[in-house]
Amino acid sequence: MLDDFILRAALAGLGVAIAAAPLGCFIIWRRMAFFGDATAHAAILGVALSLTFYIPIFVGVLVVSLLMGITVATMSERGYAMDTLLGVLSHSSLAFGLVAVSFLSGVRIDLMAYLFGDILSVGKMDLGVIWGGAALVLMLIGWRWSALLMSTVNAELACASGISPKREKIILTLSLAIVVAVAIKVVGVLLIAAMLIIPAAAARPFSRTPEIMAIIAAIIGCGGSLAGLKVSFVMDTPTGPTIVCIVALLFGISAFVQYIFRSKPVNI
Amino acid sequence: MRVITTNNLGVSFGGNTVLKDINIHIDKGEILSIVGPNGSGKSTLLRTLIGAVVPTSGSVKIASKQIIGYVPQRLNIDETMPMTVHRFLSLPKRQKQQDIDSALQHAGLSDLGRQQLSTLSGGQFQRVLLARALIEKPDLLLLDEATQGLDHSGSADFYRQIERVRQELNCAIMLISHELHTVMRTSDRVICLNRSICCEGAPDVVSVAPEYRLLFGLDDDQMFANYTHHDPETSQQESFV
Repeated sequence: MLDDFILRAALAGLGVAIAAAPLGCFIIWRRMAFFGDATAHAAILGVALSLTFYIPIFVGVLVVSLLMGITVATMSERGYAMDTLLGVLSHSSLAFGLVAVSFLSGVRIDLMAYLFGDILSVGKMDLGVIWGGAALVLMLIGWRWSALLMSTVNAELACASGISPKREKIILTLSLAIVVAVAIKVVGVLLIAAMLIIPAAAARPFSRTPEIMAIIAAIIGCGGSLAGLKVSFVMDTPTGPTIVCIVALLFGISAFVQYIFRSKPVNI
Repeated sequence: MRVITTNNLGVSFGGNTVLKDINIHIDKGEILSIVGPNGSGKSTLLRTLIGAVVPTSGSVKIASKQIIGYVPQRLNIDETMPMTVHRFLSLPKRQKQQDIDSALQHAGLSDLGRQQLSTLSGGQFQRVLLARALIEKPDLLLLDEATQGLDHSGSADFYRQIERVRQELNCAIMLISHELHTVMRTSDRVICLNRSICCEGAPDVVSVAPEYRLLFGLDDDQMFANYTHHDPETSQQESFV
């Protein structure tokens, strides 16, 4: 059954969309959209290191993304402004990654695949990694859901309830690194942040509670992945970017509906 | 029963001493007020007690299995997060429907359960925060200027509710307030804080203590309402007034 490459691609897209949805919500609620960007851009450095040392791409990307998350967290506690810090780290890690890749012979042709994803070449092994990673992230976030939500609402209220906001932040950073590592194959380094943020942003106007927002984001992400796959097949366009285009259109529709039916916009 | 005790607690931020040698304790069923000027470390003290600030020296001892209810001075719910009043009361622990309904009723918010937090007024939001702190039946209730943004009758309602909570739950209540008159009327004990403890004791003792009067610049007669002559020691301090 899994011999059909379109089916494998569809399953890969769904896996990433489902794992990215709740995580994307947290990224929006905590106003750390650029944090997602920085982690994703660091991933290209992870790709270069994996190819140099012959370790699986997934592992290399996971490690570098985690290091990025921890670096950002520690440096921001030392008093660097968050947006400056992310601007520096995000683009410099991308630049270092691109330079590092250029040292490797024979990889130049493949670079596009890492930057924009290559969902149509997902193999059974990749599918296992993607769904394994997605399941792990869903389990982590599901397990810590209340505590994560509480520390996102207010760190002090969380402390008073016996929750450690620091620990929850580490769990989010870890989940983000896993999602980035499994999503590289699907949408590529440059568009992972889009898969995280856009479905969640599109879900916001229709949500009354955090749970509903995460579920609607997952539905939008899944719909966008399947529709994007179909469109790219019919129109012969690159698949990863097509998926992001469809999700972005859904966001546009969401914003339009919001504009028509409600007077007061939600600041996202 | 002792709910919380601190032992020579000290906090400094970047070499700047905010709290020094703080030794306080609070028992079940007691209302303890903390007064002090702006920047005297009142909020930092409460935040240290809940564990949000790590003490630089000394320690905080909390009796085991105590549930802490905390109402912060200010709370911004990011508008990007959809959150109804109802859902907020169930955070982080899921609460029974009837508990939520009765909490909302006590707070006078019965018809606001389905509303988004971001649409509430300042006073309504403050009452929601208190309702949330009370819903788990805390052993210790920490209130950081919880009547901020409430009007006169709202504030009076608030203190009536605090008094009722103390009787029903027999919990320890520690509150920070700038409304000195109300503080002196409602608390069992008052601590006057200015980075370290200036003076402490029953309201009528503290309100005539020279340290207290100096700290708040009370050389007019606005505090005479609480002034009582009942022992020679206090009458001696008349000369400071």
